[in-house]
Amino acid sequence: MEEFTKLIHKYLRHDKKFPHVWCPGCGIGIMLGALIRAIDRIGYEKDEVVLVSGIGCSGRLPVYVDFNTLHTTHGRALTFATGIKLAKPGLKVIVVMGDGDAVAIGGNHFIHAARRNIDLTAIILNNSVYGMTGGQYSPTTPFGMRSTTTMYTNIEHAFKISELAVTAGAAFVGRGTVYHAKLLDGLMEKAFLKQGFSVVEVIAHCHTQYGKLNRLGGPVEMLQWQRDHAVTVESAARMKPEEMEDKFLIGVLADRDLPVYTEQYERIRQRAKAGQGKDA
Amino acid sequence: MKKRNVNEVLLQGNEAVAEGALRAGCRFFAGYPITPATEIAEIMSVKLPRLDGTFIQMEDEIASLGAVIGASLTGTKSMTATSGPGFSLMQENLGFACIAEVPCVLVNVMRGGPSTGLPTYPAQGDVMQARWGTHGDHPMIALCASTVRECFDLTIKAFNLSERFRNPVILLLDEVVAHMREKVTLPEEGLVEIFDRVKPKVPPEWYIPYEDTPAGVPPMASFGEGYRYHVTGLTHDVRGFPTSRPDEIGPFIARLFRKISQRFPEIQMGEVDQVDGADITVIAYGSVARSAKRAVRDARERGIKAGFVKLTTIWPFMKSVVEPVLKTSKVVLVPEMNMGQISREVKRVNQGYTRVVTLNKVDGTIITPEEILDRIIEVA
Repeated sequence: MEEFTKLIHKYLRHDKKFPHVWCPGCGIGIMLGALIRAIDRIGYEKDEVVLVSGIGCSGRLPVYVDFNTLHTTHGRALTFATGIKLAKPGLKVIVVMGDGDAVAIGGNHFIHAARRNIDLTAIILNNSVYGMTGGQYSPTTPFGMRSTTTMYTNIEHAFKISELAVTAGAAFVGRGTVYHAKLLDGLMEKAFLKQGFSVVEVIAHCHTQYGKLNRLGGPVEMLQWQRDHAVTVESAARMKPEEMEDKFLIGVLADRDLPVYTEQYERIRQRAKAGQGKDA
Repeated sequence: MKKRNVNEVLLQGNEAVAEGALRAGCRFFAGYPITPATEIAEIMSVKLPRLDGTFIQMEDEIASLGAVIGASLTGTKSMTATSGPGFSLMQENLGFACIAEVPCVLVNVMRGGPSTGLPTYPAQGDVMQARWGTHGDHPMIALCASTVRECFDLTIKAFNLSERFRNPVILLLDEVVAHMREKVTLPEEGLVEIFDRVKPKVPPEWYIPYEDTPAGVPPMASFGEGYRYHVTGLTHDVRGFPTSRPDEIGPFIARLFRKISQRFPEIQMGEVDQVDGADITVIAYGSVARSAKRAVRDARERGIKAGFVKLTTIWPFMKSVVEPVLKTSKVVLVPEMNMGQISREVKRVNQGYTRVVTLNKVDGTIITPEEILDRIIEVA
């Protein structure tokens, strides 16, 4: 507990007017805790960390934390982060997004950031709904579920964010839940240390909107659902496909070494300066 | 024997923009290919890495301006270049740059519109969009070049104004100016005035990132230099944190306007020629200003007392220049390659002083001196 208090004093902004905007019982605080613990363990200086967000519940996260913080436009966080990282590669740039932010309005930016393999970490809080605007369906709302804009049930099919990131070329992809807090700590740390584009998808609950509309209970029941439906990559390897039908994987889904954009661009600079022809 | 000036070069408007940007200290360019602005990106992609700068081709124009703003927050002078369809996409993040007060330069090479319109033909249809394209009340600075030399000069000016006022600056070029080649004599290195944003001098714990100052432009810290502050597109208090307090919102928006309005003379540039007691004064900008200048000369040869005003600064609108002209000219003619955009501003300022007539052309061709002369003879 003492350790925890120390982290709060070190990383939360003293001059920011708390309380925060999130609902009681929200999992976003667990995600923020994991993020801070991972940063503390690695030992980044606060001055070298840039925390970038888009719009939505997750978008409000950077304001509370004592880093260089940037709250951008909806879906565009990765584009701003790209500019920061390329202009000042020494900075550790972490992007926090929600599911609507990252794969609806920002979906194109997401796949291209992954494809470029820019050294950024994208943390995506996936709660299957647009929470801040009042519970509309998102690209990760499962088929057949209700939201305030699918009161007759959702007839669209959900994106699998982590699988999308793997296919788009991210160097590291991990998925956790806010229930499996220890695992999340580890995934964040691995993602931050990875050279290249790293993604951590955080499965979370929105009991206020999504849970209420679909009668899934409160935060406790929704956390229990995460416990009962998440299977680690290691356990899944020992399970039959039919046992996995209503489950989802957590853990490290991809970890590969690919040419990193900033390093490659530095080579371009050296070639350009050496007068090596454009056609050389 | 006269020594050949090494700074004398044959340049295209878009090339002059790139040269001007590099001279101004631009070290980051993010863009998306679009006719008729693509040459700027191509040149920057070759030249920036030689100068330890960075070029990136983003997935669209929204992303391009996002990356430009991100780079600028690290203290790097940054720009993008586009045309109408891309300019429309950039409006979202243009507003962000206004509210978060992030310097950046956006070149919009104007082609015919709306929509895909006329990709390879000139127009001046984005003048009002440059002012009001992004939502909400915001100040805006927009310049418009008539010549290749001006493409160079105004790009530098755009960076200087952007750094000085912490506001995005839009440089408008008619397609014909961007693609025209002219001999220009570039100024010697070191003879060009370059302005860099003011950084905080106080220690980080004293830094108030959006503090009101007499100039209305707070010093700007770069990310990674020890001043850990919050930048947001939400309306914010002086510390940069979101606010919904009327006593903080009002003064903030007022400051955004004040920082520009109290410095109009430093921003507004143009040319005023023989407007006193003129039978007719022609007010023009961009490529049309060149035709207008010629037409005015021809009109004078025919005995018509013709005045000429060129607007180099489009926004903020040069009321202080236009109003006296309206008071002293019998007729004011505003020729432009749109259905009447700057003429609306002239009419707004007019208040019944005189008669304001227009010459509008939107067929993808330039307005010629003859066409303007004919109109002068018709209405003078």
